Amino acid sequence: MNGRRIEVLALLAPALILTLVVFVLPLVRFLSLAFTAPEGTFATFVALAESPVYRRVMLNSFVVAAVVTAITAALAWPLAYLLARVRGLWFTLMIYGVLFPLWISILVRTYSWMLLLERHGPVNRAIQAMGISDTPLPLLFNHTGVLVGMVHVLLPYMVLPLYGAMRAIDPRLMQASDGLGAGLWQSFRRIWLPLTLPGLAGGATFVFLLSLGFYITPALLGGRTSIMLPTLIVAFITEHFNWPMAAAASIALLAAVAVLMLAATRFLKLDRGMFAR
Amino acid sequence: MIETTGLALGLRGLTKRYGAVTALEPTDLDIGAGEFLTLLGPSGSGKTTLLNLIAGYTDPSGGTIRIGDRDVTRTPARHRNIGMVFQSYALFPHMTVAQNLAYGLEARRVPKPEIARRVEAALALVQLEGYGTRGVQQMSGGQQQRVAVARALVIEPDVLLMDEPLGALDRQLRRQVQVELRRLHLKHGRTTIYVTHDQEEALVLSDRIAVMGKGRIQQLGTAAELYARPANSFIAGFIGESNLPEAKVTEVTGGMASAEVPALGLTVRAPVMPGVAPGAPARLMLRPEHLRILPDAGEGIEARIAEVIYLGELTQFGLETAGGAFLVARGMEGRGLRQGDIVRLGWSPEEVLLVPDTGP
Repeated sequence: MNGRRIEVLALLAPALILTLVVFVLPLVRFLSLAFTAPEGTFATFVALAESPVYRRVMLNSFVVAAVVTAITAALAWPLAYLLARVRGLWFTLMIYGVLFPLWISILVRTYSWMLLLERHGPVNRAIQAMGISDTPLPLLFNHTGVLVGMVHVLLPYMVLPLYGAMRAIDPRLMQASDGLGAGLWQSFRRIWLPLTLPGLAGGATFVFLLSLGFYITPALLGGRTSIMLPTLIVAFITEHFNWPMAAAASIALLAAVAVLMLAATRFLKLDRGMFAR
Repeated sequence: MIETTGLALGLRGLTKRYGAVTALEPTDLDIGAGEFLTLLGPSGSGKTTLLNLIAGYTDPSGGTIRIGDRDVTRTPARHRNIGMVFQSYALFPHMTVAQNLAYGLEARRVPKPEIARRVEAALALVQLEGYGTRGVQQMSGGQQQRVAVARALVIEPDVLLMDEPLGALDRQLRRQVQVELRRLHLKHGRTTIYVTHDQEEALVLSDRIAVMGKGRIQQLGTAAELYARPANSFIAGFIGESNLPEAKVTEVTGGMASAEVPALGLTVRAPVMPGVAPGAPARLMLRPEHLRILPDAGEGIEARIAEVIYLGELTQFGLETAGGAFLVARGMEGRGLRQGDIVRLGWSPEEVLLVPDTGP
């Protein structure tokens, strides 16, 4: 028993020590800066709470994250459905199509979107050629740009859990539903949809939390009109050299994420029946 | 056998092909109302294809399906009013037992109070009173099996289909559930088609058995008919056990034939099944319980006892003949015999049968 414990500890030690020294300690040091403002221990948090800019950015971050989650869910659902049904070559092609973007640097993908969405880029030219609009549409440096870029980057994180949930559904359940007299819509609504909800909940949690902490894509595609929390935190450090404010904003973001995670796990537990298989 | 009051299900020329492969040869079958019919056969024999065609999960390549006086050949599964029990049960995992049972009734827009009443009655029928609020995944395998049966029965189906419903249970439980299913059928009296590869299950449960092989019904009859007069060597070996030495038929007259049986080193006269003819490959069906060890020397054929297996009330002997055949005999006699003893074997001519050889 004791020998085993030492063995486990010895195996864990290298990773634990590395994490502690290069990650946990610097993080604690950084976050503790929030309480070192010359105006007082909690002055930074007071300043954040009183700042209309900060409040707007916070609200914007949550709205963008929620919209991104909704759009990826709507796009990923039919895609995951197809993935779960096709076999052979089509499956290989589709799954690589889903995974391929993950292998390309996020920076490359974001700059690619800048080229596509710019004032005289291919997207605007196509819109004008089709007569949808006479003047180029503002697609970049606003919400539209941020949403397009983030949805593109985060889509696989929604597709994969949904696909997993759909693959786990026994096709005989749909036959059973059919044989019991239920129509297609009813079988979908009462059997298929509820059984995919665990995947949807998992994917949505992923996408929402990743969205809240997203930096590169909103910073490059959002410009000055769609600022997200991480962009603000970086601005505190690089433009204002105000480390205590950056730390306070980070703590606020961390707290929001923690609360959401707790709520999510609580929601998942409430519906445990859907997850057991 | 249960009194039948008319035709519940009629198949005419029902066929299923997948490209060049024929899963089900053109098949005719009539099933009486209230009858319990088993489709018995090894995997790949076409029994599951036939079941899926009746259920409406597979479209036929040809032929017709009638339920009562309705032609349902082109009717989707949800309008056939058929109850299906799947091998995996296919219970809805996110619902309680009662919700599973109510599902088919809700699809039929049955009023709520009646649903509650019928769900209760169905649970009582399978002896699961009080389990309605349980999640199906909290139930044991045997209980889930009963829930699946109750869910299929609660919709009052015209035909109840069961696809190897005991396949997922252990041997001990399977015996018990067989007897329960038989009692249950006597209670609900619904026309039932049961698919299995287990001949013991088929014998215990069925009014009639359709033995399937190579995509067709090889023989249809009661258990006793199949056992006493199997249509060919495949069925003789599949229903019960049998010694099946090869036989060369020399002449057939009036339902009897003479045949040389090299393994026994003699010529026998025995009743024949249709299809047995001079020159056509045939086998002699010699059931272990009909093969007797004779008290007197001089009669029968000589054999050496190769093994003795004590089975309690019976003893089973493995016997080697001079012709090189290995025969199995089973009976209450021969208590004192040992391995290596030389004995003589005999049988009553009316208990053996010459059947067409369908190959191994």
